[in-house]
Amino acid sequence: MAATSPQTTATVATATLSLFEQRLLDEYQRDLPLSPAPFAEIGRQLGVGEDDVLAALNRLQKAGLIARVGATVRPHQAGYSTLAAMAVPPERLDEVAALVGGFAEVNHNYEREHRFNLWFVVVAADRAEVDAVVRAIEARSGLVVLDLPLIESFRLDLGFSLPWHSSRSTSD
Amino acid sequence: MALEPIDQRLIAGLAEGLALVPRPYAALGRSIGLSESETIARLGNLIGQGVIQRLGVIVRHHELGYRANAMVVWDVADAAVAMAGRSLAGLPFVSLCYQRPRRPPEWSYNLFCMIHGRVRVEVEALIERATDQAGLGSCPRAVLFSRRRFKQQGARYPGGPAVARAIEMAR
Repeated sequence: MAATSPQTTATVATATLSLFEQRLLDEYQRDLPLSPAPFAEIGRQLGVGEDDVLAALNRLQKAGLIARVGATVRPHQAGYSTLAAMAVPPERLDEVAALVGGFAEVNHNYEREHRFNLWFVVVAADRAEVDAVVRAIEARSGLVVLDLPLIESFRLDLGFSLPWHSSRSTSD
Repeated sequence: MALEPIDQRLIAGLAEGLALVPRPYAALGRSIGLSESETIARLGNLIGQGVIQRLGVIVRHHELGYRANAMVVWDVADAAVAMAGRSLAGLPFVSLCYQRPRRPPEWSYNLFCMIHGRVRVEVEALIERATDQAGLGSCPRAVLFSRRRFKQQGARYPGGPAVARAIEMAR
């Protein structure tokens, strides 16, 4: 199973972002204008044309710096999810990660530094479907899955603050 | 509060993101049989109700140079977890913060947060600051740095859980 490779090209891309592109990434993670032509409105706010905004977003998406221009949805408003963890013997990690990643309901499948070394999110229409996936993973792997559904979220998703200058990132 | 079917279709239609065209809401509405103005009005309502947390550019941390990320977990007395969670959540470098159940004996931690940084030492310093500022110094803690993100192997959600796909968790 392939893991994402180190993306040195993206580092270069980040280093060469224009101020306009940095502002696009930093200031429009929420409150995308709800007007018929939102990209034209962003252009007006940033002093460029609609074409420039669309071209930049296409470029940033192709470069992998943005996943999409879209929405994040509050957990359990539309579907059900859980955070799951497994303690996988190291020699089986690639195999079990592939098994887990093979489920369409699995998202955010990470190796982490812990005895519980495989962490992923299961999302489906409802609790019963999530449970069925968790049980299927246990049956096929022969390993126990820790099922850790949300009890309470303490932070609204406000996007990700991007302090472009490292001095800012460590001073706040 | 159950979502109306049309709003579920709207959120599902957003799962891949808005089309990068001059009239993206018109295009989204067309795909599910809504007019542009109705699409915009419904999106506004969903944002107002908090169903949609945010509508905008969804960035990728790793590709932007934020290569180090840790899930940090504490075992906090149940009576104190909400206050500690709100305190952590107020820190600008904490991106997600949740209470989740303990699963004794294997898992004794009930407070979870995610901290991103460019490099590991930066994240380690932020974890100490978070621990101090939330008054969690005396609580058992574990730090789980991410090592690899595995690619999805399966078909990319053909139809089915398209709504759920829009949910972003544990980034």
